[in-house]
Amino acid sequence: MRALETTELTKEYRLGFWPKRRKLALDRLTLAVDQGEVFGLLGPNGAGKTTLLKLLLGLIFPTTGAARILGRPLGDVRVHARIGYLPENPSFYDHLTASEFLNYAGWLCGLDAAARRRRGRDLLEQVGLAESAAVALRRFSKGMVQRLGIAQALVNDPDVVFLDEPMSGLDPLGRREVRDLILDLRRQGKTVFFSTHILPDAETLCDRVAILNHGRLLGLGTVQEILGGSLESIELILHDPVPGVLQALAAFTTASVRTGDRVRLELAPDADVETVLAAALHAGARIISLNPVKASLEDYFLARIKDAVATAAGKGAGGGEAGRA
Amino acid sequence: MNRIAAIAVHTFKESVREKVLYNLVVFAILMIAAGLILGGVSVGINDIALVNLGLSAISVFGLVIAVFIGISLVWKEIERRTVYNILSKPVARAEFVLGKFLGLVLTLVVNTAIMTAGFYLVLWYEKGTLGAPDLAPLEAAYFILLQLTLIVAVALLFSTISSPVLSAVFTLSLYVIGNLLDDLRSLGAQSGRAALRGLLRALSLVLPDFGAFGDIAPAAHGQLIPGHRILTHSLYAALYATVLVSSTILIFERRELR
Amino acid sequence: MTSEVRPVPARRAVALALVAALAGSIILRLGLDREASVQAPGTAIYVTSGETLRRLSLGYEGLLADLYWTRAVQYFGRQKLAGGGDFQDLGRILRITTELDPHLLIAYRFGAIFLAERPPDGAGRPDEALELIRRGIAANPSYWRLWQDLGFIYYWDLKDYAQAARSFEAGSREPGADLWMKTLAASVAAQGGELETSRALWSEVYSQAGNASIRRSAAGHLAAIKAAEDIERLNRLLGDFARREGRPAASIEDLVRAGTLPARPIDPSGAAYEVGPDGKAALGSGSRIDLRLAR
Repeated sequence: MRALETTELTKEYRLGFWPKRRKLALDRLTLAVDQGEVFGLLGPNGAGKTTLLKLLLGLIFPTTGAARILGRPLGDVRVHARIGYLPENPSFYDHLTASEFLNYAGWLCGLDAAARRRRGRDLLEQVGLAESAAVALRRFSKGMVQRLGIAQALVNDPDVVFLDEPMSGLDPLGRREVRDLILDLRRQGKTVFFSTHILPDAETLCDRVAILNHGRLLGLGTVQEILGGSLESIELILHDPVPGVLQALAAFTTASVRTGDRVRLELAPDADVETVLAAALHAGARIISLNPVKASLEDYFLARIKDAVATAAGKGAGGGEAGRA
Repeated sequence: MNRIAAIAVHTFKESVREKVLYNLVVFAILMIAAGLILGGVSVGINDIALVNLGLSAISVFGLVIAVFIGISLVWKEIERRTVYNILSKPVARAEFVLGKFLGLVLTLVVNTAIMTAGFYLVLWYEKGTLGAPDLAPLEAAYFILLQLTLIVAVALLFSTISSPVLSAVFTLSLYVIGNLLDDLRSLGAQSGRAALRGLLRALSLVLPDFGAFGDIAPAAHGQLIPGHRILTHSLYAALYATVLVSSTILIFERRELR
Repeated sequence: MTSEVRPVPARRAVALALVAALAGSIILRLGLDREASVQAPGTAIYVTSGETLRRLSLGYEGLLADLYWTRAVQYFGRQKLAGGGDFQDLGRILRITTELDPHLLIAYRFGAIFLAERPPDGAGRPDEALELIRRGIAANPSYWRLWQDLGFIYYWDLKDYAQAARSFEAGSREPGADLWMKTLAASVAAQGGELETSRALWSEVYSQAGNASIRRSAAGHLAAIKAAEDIERLNRLLGDFARREGRPAASIEDLVRAGTLPARPIDPSGAAYEVGPDGKAALGSGSRIDLRLAR
């Protein structure tokens, strides 16, 4: 049984009064996520990521198409006992404290009083809010709210966790903690389905990703499949090199940038690392770092979007012509 | 069941922390106490005026409280998206509506009880002792509570469809109309056209009859409400509340939470 | 532990519950309506002072007045249907109505008739009626018809012909007053109590009636007055007959046979007049006229 599968899932909004003005938020989306996967849903703002999540959670209803979570069709509220959800920009009840809120969430999931208490304590510990257990939620910072959101998504120890922009509002430390948490969830055999527009996060965490734009699926697969595994360039950073060094490496260099006392050289991807290193050291360079730069998801993403735009434009013009011809 | 109870308790707790409610209740009791002055001024009708004013205060403030909590507590959930937290758990939308309704009713019961207690305190202070006919205001207060239950259900219904301001307007309008159903019907009876007469009569039966619960004046004269009337009116309130809550469920189940 | 599924059949169950509850509530309402008492309406508004109510109504006094007026009519109608009553609260309702809207003329005119009218057709409180009309005149000095109503109460219910004449006189002086007001003033002064004068008064009430109840009442009075006039005339004819023939007439037929009358006359309710045991003309046994309404 798959953790999640959608079949031609479509959501169309009618804007205002006129039937003509419609917005296609999700266009025949078909994808499947296996249990135990960490799956990333990528796309710019307005791509339809949140729309998809809300459809899956039964907060809005599909125009056409279907989906199943753990084999259950949408609308079967029972399956919510085995999933967790962190909404985008979560908001809670100002008048409750963190533990009171988790108690409420646990109650709604059918946990008895003792289990609720225990779970609340454990989760607050896990997300680093143990000291704020008795603090009213109206005093929580955005980062704390985000972490509490993750906690409440896990209160019923779900098999599948849906996270909408889990890193948003967090400082780098917080982001790292969430990353670790997601990895921990994966270790526990859970499925994690999260959306983000921060590509590096997806790159490091996801088994597979789907790329969404304007409600349409642009690409689906492992990060490896999508990126092709090729190198884009090699990055060499030197500390205050003498011109002799730069000359020695000129043959390999495709671009260079000087910032203060550092020089960042971009070397051709087919350059032999050992040769480069030998040449640099021989010229007396002080090497700060040497990194292979893979084609990033960002590049892929921008390229695909450019393609999509070009195709759409081409369809508009070429289609007309084809029609006439 | 458990989940409905969870939502109900949570709603009640939330309303208890609503500062506005405290102000309203305090105001109500002040008004009732002011009845002592009013009674002292008009010769011979101290008790009558006091009961009239006291029950009127409970009714009016109760109405304001009912409309306020019925609208704000639900609208806030939807507007602030806290409802996502609930519906992402294994909670059916119907359970959410029921839980909210019961929580609101619980709030009303507590508020009305407090105001009625305040009223009886003042009455006791005024009269020195309390006897059997003084039970009449208690029955009237119960009827007011039934009325408020319907109002909060109306407010709940409207707040799942429209904005808080509109909901308040619609709820209050329905309250006014619901008090004038007799007049609606006699307006129709005086009309020449049978279609209009039939329409107005049908409306007067379908719309909630708030006027049926307005037994304040007789209570002021110590007239107890006959037992069977208490039963029929409780039954009516229960039935009509079912109508309203069912409607709310049906509507809310289809509502998109953007 | 897990939630109950809520598929489509459950939705139908909720809809069914809604319909059933609605039907139940309507049935209950119908039952409650039947036992609705004929007590004073307006229990939803807890003040008994029209002035207070006016201040509370935040500019909607007119609407409230109309509502109260509707209730007055309703109240009156209900009591009438129940076979007449004491209309005890009519005065209060009309007072509140006119305190809310001092220009609601129909309320004054209605009160003038039915507050003063004797039970079971009215409240039998001419004093309340007078007070109501006087307030109406104070608030609407240019509406001369209220003087007419005032005079009417004096004339009809209090039999104070002098005051009645004075009221008609005062009314006749208002600009726009109909000419007959002056004539009426004179007749009332001279022939207060005469059937002719009463008929003129009630005819005016009838033709100005702004409401079905008033018209019905006026028609009843006019019919009684006509009958009374007919009886007076018949008595005169019977007297003439007796003097001519030297014996009293046994029945109306005698008058017809003697050629005094073209045919057997009938009263406004369609019943023929008869000669009573005392030899005087009287209403026929099938008559529905109430002669008391003639005076």
